[in-house]
Amino acid sequence: MPKREALAVGLAAVVLVVVLPLCNALPADAPFAVSNFTLNLFGKFLTYAILALGLDLLWGYAGVLSLGHGVFFGLGAYAMGMHLMLEIGAKSVYQSALPDFMVWNQVTALPLFWKPFHSVVFTLAAIVLVPALFGLAFGYLAFRSRIRGVYFSIITQALALSAWLVFNRNEMNLGGTNGLADFKTVFGFPLNRPGTQRGLYAVTALTLVGAYLLCRWITLTRAGKVLVAIRDSETRVLFSGYSPAAYKLFVFVVSAMLAGLAGALYAPQVGIVTPAKIGVLPSIEMVVWVAAGGRGTLYGAVIGAFGVNWIQSWLTTSYPDLWLLFLGGLFMGAVLFFPDGVVGALGRLLARARRVVTRRRERATRDAPLLSQATRGSIRPSSSDE
Amino acid sequence: MRYRLVVLLSLVAWLAAAAAGHAATTAPSPEVTQALADLVGEDADRREAAVTVLGQARDPKWLQFLRALRDGGVYARTRAGTTELVVGGTKATRGDQDVIDIVGAYDREPLGTVPLAELKEVPADRRLRLTIKSFVDADETRAQLADPDPAVRRGAAVKLGNQAEIAAVATVEAALQKETDRWVRHALTEALGLIRLAHGSREQRVAAARTLGEIHSGSAREALGRLAADPGASPAERHAATQAIRRLERWSLLTTTVETVFQGASLASILLLMALGLAIVFGLMGVINMAHGELMALGAYATFVVQNWFRATWPDRFDLYFGVALPVSFLVAAAVGLVLERGVIRFLYGRPLETLLLTWGASLIIQQGLRLWFGAANVDVSSPSWLSGGVPVMVDVTLPYNRVFIIGLATVSVAATYWLLFRTSAGLRIRAVTQNRAMSSCLGVRAGVVDATTFAFGAGLAGLAGCALTQIGNVGPSLGQNYIVDSFMVVVTGGVGKLAGTILAAAGLGGLTKGIEPAFGAVFGKVAILVGVILFLQRRPAGLFATRGRNAEA
Repeated sequence: MPKREALAVGLAAVVLVVVLPLCNALPADAPFAVSNFTLNLFGKFLTYAILALGLDLLWGYAGVLSLGHGVFFGLGAYAMGMHLMLEIGAKSVYQSALPDFMVWNQVTALPLFWKPFHSVVFTLAAIVLVPALFGLAFGYLAFRSRIRGVYFSIITQALALSAWLVFNRNEMNLGGTNGLADFKTVFGFPLNRPGTQRGLYAVTALTLVGAYLLCRWITLTRAGKVLVAIRDSETRVLFSGYSPAAYKLFVFVVSAMLAGLAGALYAPQVGIVTPAKIGVLPSIEMVVWVAAGGRGTLYGAVIGAFGVNWIQSWLTTSYPDLWLLFLGGLFMGAVLFFPDGVVGALGRLLARARRVVTRRRERATRDAPLLSQATRGSIRPSSSDE
Repeated sequence: MRYRLVVLLSLVAWLAAAAAGHAATTAPSPEVTQALADLVGEDADRREAAVTVLGQARDPKWLQFLRALRDGGVYARTRAGTTELVVGGTKATRGDQDVIDIVGAYDREPLGTVPLAELKEVPADRRLRLTIKSFVDADETRAQLADPDPAVRRGAAVKLGNQAEIAAVATVEAALQKETDRWVRHALTEALGLIRLAHGSREQRVAAARTLGEIHSGSAREALGRLAADPGASPAERHAATQAIRRLERWSLLTTTVETVFQGASLASILLLMALGLAIVFGLMGVINMAHGELMALGAYATFVVQNWFRATWPDRFDLYFGVALPVSFLVAAAVGLVLERGVIRFLYGRPLETLLLTWGASLIIQQGLRLWFGAANVDVSSPSWLSGGVPVMVDVTLPYNRVFIIGLATVSVAATYWLLFRTSAGLRIRAVTQNRAMSSCLGVRAGVVDATTFAFGAGLAGLAGCALTQIGNVGPSLGQNYIVDSFMVVVTGGVGKLAGTILAAAGLGGLTKGIEPAFGAVFGKVAILVGVILFLQRRPAGLFATRGRNAEA
């Protein structure tokens, strides 16, 4: 990792993991106090950022656009939510050991697939492994038969639609349209205490930093180079003796795991898990976070997830009608005017500023024409797709 | 007692008066006279008998009188010691008293306007009303059986069969003698069989069961089942009933199959209408148009607007609106498609993933625009009269006209597309650019123009699909979302480059969806289709008909 990036990541990590929770612990009228609401909102954004990292690794580096990552996010969130539901126990509205929605649906015994979720260890494993296994099976079938490009995107979108339909059904015993809600405790800590929320936030922030380091490490290895090569010319990689399918499958599974992790951290902080997070629209929204932030950079994905969701939470409360128009505009703008996202646009601005500075210096000295020739060619990153 | 005496006396007087007044025209029979007298009385049994007498006369005028009685419009008038029944008309207030126009009970001859206080209303209690209703209904059924519209005659026959009253046998037989329409004859035969099955002798029942089985009467299923399980019935009856049921079951299997095939064909037609435009555009430009569903919604809303315009301006030509809406919806969607292509998409050629996101953004904007303009709720598009109803093809199978129309529209669209692509010079250029964009440009084909027109054409097809959809489903801002993923699956399964692939995939997916829906349910059926498509792509990654070439990317 370049020294400058390491420094920036370290600084961001300190701010996110240490400073913000500390500010939240301050009394409410202190000058730098962060309210519980804001911290909770940030926690939610951070889970989105974890997912965006995985998506960027998949799309920005390997060139595989998945429109179904909401499914993996949902799998993680539901796995966590199921454990949280069971943790409620008999403290629910109906005073039954079963989750409330099962009482409404006249389910008398806990379904078999719910039982292992009593165990904390199993749940923690399931959060990562269920999305991973599902991603492995789906990715294996898709990549093996060389479904790629828009074909892959469309198939993943169909996956999102089917998963959404299935999770909406009551007979799946996953709460139907209402999903899982009314969580009381997480691993024994009551969720309504600010301390618990602060802890959850800190765990999320730490996970984000860990996920960032993991993704960065992957991009710096040989495998990372092959991924970029696959994005730029899959055929050439194939003819060079690599198996693109294996690399793509690997990165697909990693991003599915990150999405599952993000979902699991999302569930206790937001307090509800519904199929609405799984469908076609939320899944493609995740893509726009990466696109708006700037893909192929990792930090762009984090910035995009933060920025877009911040704007969303502001617009949906102030001007609810405008949100979809804005989102649509963001899709179009990100593609047409900022193909490399906010990060790329800022980079270009910086480069231009630097060029202006150089030219002024040139004009002042009037004796270095060769240097200006060298810097005039723009530093625009090449956009790349098959 | 004294009251009855008065009535009797007055009746005699009234008789004399009536005889004097209308001696030539009507001389009511003694039964009718007695009945009229009973009606004024208080004995419920006798009043009911009186209504029966009047009803059985089957005289339209007496039926009209009974209707008036049911509605509380019959009054008794005592004048000069005689009591007379009259039918009341319009009420009014003149000065300080309420007055009413009255007419004669039978002949409806105006008898002037009299104060309401001079009349005494003849009440009709629930029992009387029920008795009257049976006669009025029977009269209506007879009228319906003589109606010139076969659908009305058929409806009446079906009603008679459901009631299965022995009294109706004569009516049904008489109607059957005169009837020529196949479907009405069927309904009449069915009604007769049902009545015989309920009330006939043992031999008649056996024959009726056999007939009902032969004509595949679905509504006799229950009655036959009862007969087959009836311990009091003779072995012959039970045997005949069992045989008939077996026949019915075989028949219902057949009808279910036909219906499923038809529904599959209709779904396939919608998918085809959508996927056709998608596939051509994808094959030509490599652009996946995520806004295709919203173009369809635009077509549907264009239909809605045209309908409203017709309703406001030309209410008497309302049925014509759909004929106007078809081209309008095509043009509206095509215009928006053209703007989309020239405005944004053309800057992104060769970058399919970007166009996918771009068109998705466009779809969100169009969708929200529709929501802001027309409201989030579904709008109401009514069918023109020539698209409501259906054509009966078999017993128990009626094909709705709107679905037949959609199948027809899809067929015409496919034929037109084929003609356009393979018989016109524009089509030649489209195919040339699809095969080799660079070479076509070198040879003087203006690829930009081809792209724009093709995209507009594909968008227009989506608009047509939207217009057709208004006839079978809800029209709302998110209309496109329900079909978009399915039509993408069609494009992916069909492969790019050949229309046949799209057609085959649309037919296959549409048919399969409807075929497995009964077993899996709609949701799990969809999931099963997705799994099926993924497994299918294992064998043929580029769809049914892949373009063969020396391109390693393909």
